[in-house]
Amino acid sequence: MNILTNPSKLRGFEKHIKVENVSRRSILKGLGLAGGFVLAAPVMMRPSFAYETGAGKMPHGTVVDPRVFVSIASDGMVTIVAHRSEMGTGVRTSLPLIVAEELEADWKRVRVQQAHGDEVKFGNQDTDGSRSTRHHLIPMRQIGASARTMLEQAAAKRWGVPAAEVKAVNHEVVHGASGRKLGFGELAADAAKESVPSAEGLKLKDPKDFRYLGKGEISIVDLHDITTGKAEYGADVRLPGMKYAVIARPPVTGGKVASFDGAEAMKVSGVEKVMEVKGWPWPSKFQPLGGIAVIARNTGAAIKGRDALKVTWEDGANAKYDSVAYRAELEDAARKPGLVVRKEGDAEAALKGADKVIVGEYYLPHLAHVAMETPVAVADVKGDKAEIWAPVQSPGGTREDIAKTLDIPQENVTVNVTLLGGGFGRKSKCDFALEAVLLSKELGAPVKVQWTREDDIRNGFLHTVSVERIEAGLDKSGKVIAWRHRSVAPSIASTFAAGTVHQAPFELGMGLIDNPFEIANLQCENPEAAAHTRIGWFRSVSNIPRAFAVQSMVAEIAHATNRDQKDTLLELIGAPRILNLTSVKDLWNYGEPYDSYPIDTGRLRKVVELVADRGGWGRSVPKGHGLGIAAHRSFVSYIATIVEVAIDDKGKLTVPRVDTAIDCGTYVNPERIQSQIEGAAIMGMSLAKHGEITFTNGRVQQGNYDDFPVIRIDESPAVTNVYIVPPASPDTPPSGVGEPGVPPFAPALINAIFAATGKRIRALPIGKQLEA
Amino acid sequence: MIKVKINGQEQNWDGDPDLPLLWFIRDEVGLTGTKFGCGQALCGSCTVIVDKQAVRACITSVSDVGGREVTTIEGLHPTGDHPVQKAWRQLNVPQCGFCQTGQIMQAAALLMDNPKPSHDQIRESLSGNICRCGCYQRIENAVHLASTGV
Repeated sequence: MNILTNPSKLRGFEKHIKVENVSRRSILKGLGLAGGFVLAAPVMMRPSFAYETGAGKMPHGTVVDPRVFVSIASDGMVTIVAHRSEMGTGVRTSLPLIVAEELEADWKRVRVQQAHGDEVKFGNQDTDGSRSTRHHLIPMRQIGASARTMLEQAAAKRWGVPAAEVKAVNHEVVHGASGRKLGFGELAADAAKESVPSAEGLKLKDPKDFRYLGKGEISIVDLHDITTGKAEYGADVRLPGMKYAVIARPPVTGGKVASFDGAEAMKVSGVEKVMEVKGWPWPSKFQPLGGIAVIARNTGAAIKGRDALKVTWEDGANAKYDSVAYRAELEDAARKPGLVVRKEGDAEAALKGADKVIVGEYYLPHLAHVAMETPVAVADVKGDKAEIWAPVQSPGGTREDIAKTLDIPQENVTVNVTLLGGGFGRKSKCDFALEAVLLSKELGAPVKVQWTREDDIRNGFLHTVSVERIEAGLDKSGKVIAWRHRSVAPSIASTFAAGTVHQAPFELGMGLIDNPFEIANLQCENPEAAAHTRIGWFRSVSNIPRAFAVQSMVAEIAHATNRDQKDTLLELIGAPRILNLTSVKDLWNYGEPYDSYPIDTGRLRKVVELVADRGGWGRSVPKGHGLGIAAHRSFVSYIATIVEVAIDDKGKLTVPRVDTAIDCGTYVNPERIQSQIEGAAIMGMSLAKHGEITFTNGRVQQGNYDDFPVIRIDESPAVTNVYIVPPASPDTPPSGVGEPGVPPFAPALINAIFAATGKRIRALPIGKQLEA
Repeated sequence: MIKVKINGQEQNWDGDPDLPLLWFIRDEVGLTGTKFGCGQALCGSCTVIVDKQAVRACITSVSDVGGREVTTIEGLHPTGDHPVQKAWRQLNVPQCGFCQTGQIMQAAALLMDNPKPSHDQIRESLSGNICRCGCYQRIENAVHLASTGV
């Protein structure tokens, strides 16, 4: 079975991945840190919580072992491993903070150590899918509680008292009756000799005693380094003798080098070598595109050398890809029946019998991630060993792919994870790291591969391009009795397997077949669409076009029936209930068990009601202003947004205010939730207002922030307010935060524009549509 | 031979005089707090201060700054406690943090020129600095805080 014929075996398709047994073979090695917990008798722990998550189904599952994640030095310094990648969500702080909370460690005496890529040792490290807190709140609590228990046991033995009489409090263990105290550092060596307690007997803290969790008072651990320039991102790694490389890649996906002449490039001061880089035929998952590399003593010389290269390309099968023609193809497909992926009642008949049918066709073009840090990696390959420093969201997957690419054992590959200057899904694909190891191997020297912004935009893994067509049938009273939603877009699976024309279950489950509306006749279809470029995960993924379409249609129905948009939305959501989607064969629920994370319309209603209340829905606004609302469940969180827009007489758009309510279950750091939602509004506004990648003759037409603009501070909303729903109980499962904020923004904005101007925008970006 | 003073230290360059200052600072001098984001003065990640002016190092050549004083984020304050840096930390501004050094340098240059900028002036001055994470609300508030006393 290989990757090209079976994409379901790949990362991101984890629903189908078999649970793998976690090998314990590397545990005894410990972390090599002073005073670490290193002992025998490995204990597998089982969650003893009120809910299960999909963590165990991820490749390599979770490892719940204090000896892997915690070490305590004799001076009391506690080191906690962060095994997931930091790209701005705050995960490098929040996961260790969970451990510290249960450990009763004093956060001031905690140091965070970034794990290298090793999923056998640390469990799954794929930092994507808004999964970190939801999959790791329980394991991290158990790890902290285990380590605390071991410290308590060691202290009890030292004093000759029952363990029940001692208690860890703020970095020391205290014997209440005698008032004796021992610091964590004094106990570390003895604690390491204690056996790891089983999860069943583990005593977790009562959430009312939390000092850190849920408070939002702890700043991210990298804050000082970020503000002083000391924080180390991928490009900041420097090795002795390191060369600098930039690569000219095929402008058309699937193209290759026909011939090249590097003579002029070699004349550039500082250029040392021009060489071909191996490429793989399209599609081939994350393998490099190939091209011509220019190697130099610094990046500037390499870029200048590349500008002087003469390369003739063989464009291949996608040379005619044209965005104008392709949009017409998608629209055509959306107007015909497609593969039925959900069917309730008989939408076809109900639409025919409806008093009124409203049709909306919503277009969203390709988008590029444009993280501020472009792809970059430093590699040092010596013989059959490879070491790499890279800003990757998938340290474990990167290690696997490097091993395969170089045909060396995984054990010989060390992946050092730097900070990521933004990820947004782009850095889940490690092609840039593979380029670096290929070049380093050939050069016999350490090398840094630096992508320019143009490379990032023209050779990336773009967000798909889509047409979402919704037909809503209304009866005489204005009630929606039929709903048919056709979603047409090239699938991410096309990057893994040639000939893919249908969307994968994980894409269908993002706002299409999980539609929560209470409508008797509801049908979802997925007509075919073939890809002509590399399609990849982009923050929030298919939820962006789906929320845009569905929530726009809600407002269109409200307008057609002369009713309030929020009231129409609540009526469509219907009664508070748990959806029982028996008609859906393959409901992908973000990889989570449905029992823990059902579609709960009560929670969706609640965020709508909360944002309407706190965000002042229905307030009177000045002339030229309008309010719009949208709600969406994604990454098993519930979110609703109100946007106030102002449009001047020239069609210039500004956003005076944004209000968002999120229910993400039990949470760790509300301050970072707030920052994620504030940022999501900016990303949502960027894609709504400006975001568009287009192709002509198979080539991306944009190249930098001038022709692919994103929101700048002078266009940004004046105020973004965030309201976080407190968890119903300490047993409420945590859910996603990084991605759910983006999808509702665009439809809320578009609905606000309609309220302000009467113009209904159905194709993004807004661009100059308001100026006409 | 071009001589440039970077954070008070003299640096010499006898290579390509057209080499962008950004790559000289990062790759040749080894100060990596100044970031590459676009290469075309579109994003501000590479902002440094040259003789009290915010400058985009990616389109400034080494020869342009011959004999002049360049301040990078590493040289903004000896302990990292410039009012802008302190305000940034107080308001927990960064997410990924990559663009923040450029933002801070731009803000520091603004305050040298205009110690009490209005919110509109802050937005105007920092409009050349992109933050893809979208920390703008906090950036604006942090510059305001730095200007009113941290």
